[in-house]
Amino acid sequence: MALEIIESCVNCWACEPLCPNRAIAAAQPHFLIDTDKCTECVGDFADAQCVAICPIEGAIVDELNAPMNPPGSLTGIPPARWATVQAEIAAR
Amino acid sequence: MDLPVIGHPVAPAAAGGCSAGSCGSTAQQMNGLPDDIRRKVQDHPCYSEEAHHHFARMHAAVAPACNIQCHYCNRKYDCANESRPGVVSELLTPEQAVKKTLAVAAAIPQMSVLGIAGPGDPLANPARTFATFRMLADKAPDIKLCVSTNGLALPACVDELAQHNIEHVTITINCVDADVGAKIYPWIFWKNRRIHGRAAAAILIEQQQKGLEMLVARGILVKVNSVMIPGVNDAHLQEVSKIVKAKGAFLHNVMPLIAEAEHGTFYGVMGQRSPSPEELKNLQDACEGDMNMMRHCRQCRADAVGMLGEDRGAEFTMDKVAAMEIDHAAAMARRVALRAKVAAELEARRAQAHAPAAAATQVVTLHRPVKAAAGRPVLMAVASKGQGVINEHFGHAREFLIYEATAAGARLVGIRKTDLYCGGDETCGDGESVLAKTIRALAGCEAVLCSKIGYEPWGQLEAAGIKPDGEHALEPIEDAVMAVWRGMLAAGRLAAPAAERKRA
Repeated sequence: MALEIIESCVNCWACEPLCPNRAIAAAQPHFLIDTDKCTECVGDFADAQCVAICPIEGAIVDELNAPMNPPGSLTGIPPARWATVQAEIAAR
Repeated sequence: MDLPVIGHPVAPAAAGGCSAGSCGSTAQQMNGLPDDIRRKVQDHPCYSEEAHHHFARMHAAVAPACNIQCHYCNRKYDCANESRPGVVSELLTPEQAVKKTLAVAAAIPQMSVLGIAGPGDPLANPARTFATFRMLADKAPDIKLCVSTNGLALPACVDELAQHNIEHVTITINCVDADVGAKIYPWIFWKNRRIHGRAAAAILIEQQQKGLEMLVARGILVKVNSVMIPGVNDAHLQEVSKIVKAKGAFLHNVMPLIAEAEHGTFYGVMGQRSPSPEELKNLQDACEGDMNMMRHCRQCRADAVGMLGEDRGAEFTMDKVAAMEIDHAAAMARRVALRAKVAAELEARRAQAHAPAAAATQVVTLHRPVKAAAGRPVLMAVASKGQGVINEHFGHAREFLIYEATAAGARLVGIRKTDLYCGGDETCGDGESVLAKTIRALAGCEAVLCSKIGYEPWGQLEAAGIKPDGEHALEPIEDAVMAVWRGMLAAGRLAAPAAERKRA
């Protein structure tokens, strides 16, 4: 049972000091979770701490590669709206 | 939220009948401040409009983490062409930040303040923020230290801020009502949970107000920043202004929302509009009856370097700083000497301004009674690159200072950028020429004062109803603005309300 940080991480450091297992380390091109140490905070906190502070949707995934913070869940921007606006910008 | 404010030295001076408003911020009103407050603000470009003509600051981008999300912020983006809060090009360690600050302070003797403003929240990164302050205070004790925070972690950090001799703290307070806050803040991280919606806003507001009270009780000057978001908090900000003033905040800075779809922020993507310069000024004017308002904010980046109107960050990247050889003791001596020189010049200018003003009043009283001084207010744009004088060519100006001239005098009421927060026309432009954009940015102004101006812009400005004026080059701004206003008055142009302004 462990979480993983993927390439959309922006290296903002918010998660690193919160991890009760010191499983998170700064790395290039993005922060990494040591899967041997990660417990998803079970027994320490009600919510996985990195997931609870991460500002980037999709940057942390579970063992099935499912985003812990899915699109729209943090920004409040509906994914369909995001896609429409990105298409408009690309077409300029 | 309703704790009384005790023994704050600013409130009486700030409240005392200033017809021109902005007591703490404008040049004319610097005299009215108690000595201890004046000492704190006289060389801080963000806390004193007068100081911003003469002094520079830098932001050290050591604080990447944030503990809240705001709908006007996107944590993903870094664009060298964009100037707005939260954007940086190079994240620094505290050691790098101190090295860079010392290099900047050696190259720019006007440099008087190091602020930490992000790109996240300084107090969500307390170890990095306070390590930077500790090291810098040791190596350059003449540099003022300053932080800008969302306030969530402020109550927990006030004691440590006081220990580090932080004399200036800016809190961004966009609301005092959680229902309004729920439309601005989608979530906060609080006590090991992510909290959404109204509950999140309520906690944030409580912490901001508590932090404000604690800072004031310790004699730390507080500036409150508010982002004006039309339809969300614009009607609410006057109440915010009243409350923070009652609690002892020194200065209120209402800033326009910056929201473009390209920024990838909630507001940008959802099509939330920004306020017009007129809407911003109207709200600032409405707040001003109660509070000192900051009018010279440039909404700078979290790694800005230089005078407020410029960004010299590109000259001080870490690889360039590493190659610089610096005599730090000599640099500090230069800064101290420059501050003394500026203080003496301003003192002399004040003394000069007071003497003839009294004489002029007597003449007016003898020949024409009070009514003769009437004349409607006029907005004028000024091109300046600092020192409080008109010293910038029209075509080189990337921003204009907007002054309002009335019989009572000239006062700065705003800043208008001509590059609309983005340097690269070819990537962001819509085909509109730079000149047309500039003329549009100056809507509502009846004159533009600059050191020089070319033939082509001259004609187009006149056609747009904005009179170009290059006759006051190198003169002090406020004197020149009033000279132009008196010329308009004498020509009989100020009797009627301002004619409908043409727009380019």
